[in-house]
Amino acid sequence: MSIEFKNITYTYMPGTPFERTALRDVNLVIREGSFTAIAGHTGSGKSTLLQHLNGLMSPSAGQVLVDGVDLNGRGSREAKRAAMEARHKVGMVFQYAEHQLFEETVFADIAFGPRNLGLGEEEIAGRVQEAMGWVGLDYEKFKDASPFQLSGGQMRRVAIAGILALHPKYLVLDEPTAGLDAAGKEKLIKEIVQLHRKKKMTMIFVSHNMDDIACLADKVIFMEQGRVLLHDTPEKAFRAKEILREAGLCPPQICSFLEELKAAGVPVDTNALTVEQGIENIMEAMGRA
Amino acid sequence: MSFIELENVSHSYHRGQEHEFSALRGVSLSISQGEFVAVLGANGSGKSTLAKHLNALLLPTEGRCLVAGMDTADMEAAWKIRQQVGMVFQNPDNQIIAAVVEDDIAFGPENLGIPPEEIRHRVDEALETVHMEKYRTFAPHLLSGGQKQRIAIAGALAMETNCLVLDEPTAMLDPQGRAEVLSTVERLHREKGITVVYITHFMEEAAAADRIVVMEKGRIVGEGTPREIFARPDRLRKWNLDAPLAAELAAKLRERGFRLPEGIYENKELVGALAHLASGRKAMAGEQRCP
Repeated sequence: MSIEFKNITYTYMPGTPFERTALRDVNLVIREGSFTAIAGHTGSGKSTLLQHLNGLMSPSAGQVLVDGVDLNGRGSREAKRAAMEARHKVGMVFQYAEHQLFEETVFADIAFGPRNLGLGEEEIAGRVQEAMGWVGLDYEKFKDASPFQLSGGQMRRVAIAGILALHPKYLVLDEPTAGLDAAGKEKLIKEIVQLHRKKKMTMIFVSHNMDDIACLADKVIFMEQGRVLLHDTPEKAFRAKEILREAGLCPPQICSFLEELKAAGVPVDTNALTVEQGIENIMEAMGRA
Repeated sequence: MSFIELENVSHSYHRGQEHEFSALRGVSLSISQGEFVAVLGANGSGKSTLAKHLNALLLPTEGRCLVAGMDTADMEAAWKIRQQVGMVFQNPDNQIIAAVVEDDIAFGPENLGIPPEEIRHRVDEALETVHMEKYRTFAPHLLSGGQKQRIAIAGALAMETNCLVLDEPTAMLDPQGRAEVLSTVERLHREKGITVVYITHFMEEAAAADRIVVMEKGRIVGEGTPREIFARPDRLRKWNLDAPLAAELAAKLRERGFRLPEGIYENKELVGALAHLASGRKAMAGEQRCP
């Protein structure tokens, strides 16, 4: 099972002077169970790609398949219904998701999605409680609170819980930690990792932070000018220096540091994605491992 | 006398109500003319509340805030203070109001009733200063985030402000936009002697400042040069802040028995120290081999 992009091209405002092709013949397969990071600088097509994952945008050409079903299936009634069901499998957490909170209580905000699915009150309450647990918000303490009186990190977790309560199989997060402080960031990342491990939820996230990508993802996609430059493991991706440069991205800080150390004459292995691995490499080079 | 002087300033939101919240608790701080001060702190530590006191958007519930010798609580002085202290917020879309870049920059001076020729001159100069001359007739919504923030800075400069207060100006930008904004601010500070108060979550940006102020729960808990603040990862962690990579690596290597000098927080310092250790060790090994 997977999300598959087949020859996707997307053009904004075709036939006008503002015409711009944001995706060019993109082919990729994101496998179920993977933890995939998407990186690329502003205007590389990341957000356009993201919005194709659950049918918010329809491709100008090509097909998006979720578990084999075309998200933009037309024609028969069955094809349309199947497309709708497939879209529901993909949950989307936008950048600064807390801006979308609108209800009077945390409970009502998280319940909004499940209620729209036509679920019964008991089922809704169950899902809200469960989703709050997943993002580390105490149900009794927060269910009646106004979402607007919470801290930035808590508000974002409420917004994410609202998506999780829809039980998506694939979760898409656009810069989930942007604007959070170190503590809020660390906590949210832990929760996302837990969801991936325990619930086997497939994660697809966009980030500018290569350090986060290096320690979280098992697959990395680099984008540039609407094309996929690379889709590989982080180990291989961050070793592909030419491609990194072409995409306008910097390697994780630890890689840059080890490169500098090597250039200064210390024969250190520069392949490391985490600080811990970097320390091991330094110890070995210094002959104390 | 310092340019900005906070004397024991406290600020409570929703005073006297059930959800009263003290965002600042007895903060005293002086900032000299021409200084570059970075303010760090976790979410909710009071950084933004502090920033809004510096141009009288918020007034102290207790204590006093003086800017260029004027009390921000003096209604008459507030307008003079705001001409001297320009604000740049996190989201440029909340701050840019006109449909054309040059109109947006002219908005402040127009409201001061400045003659058109003078406004034209100021807009030219401000655009040049932030390197955005090429975009004068562009619509702001077609610019990148970093470009929009530079327009917001130009808007403040057109007021002939001599102090910029920037409240997480790069939080919504990509790495390239962040670099654009920071280098613009650094240049203004260096070349025009503009006083800068820069609030950020990014340690590498704070490292550009002369002095760092750390806030926690409405109080100032740490103050010092970037070196004094960054070289102690243990304390940074306690404040819920990230440590620079070199400081973190140095601390971990010291734990494992490496004798590294104190105060390391830049890559090149740690690289130098390790290279030095390695060459020393090589020399020793050489001696043992050929006695």
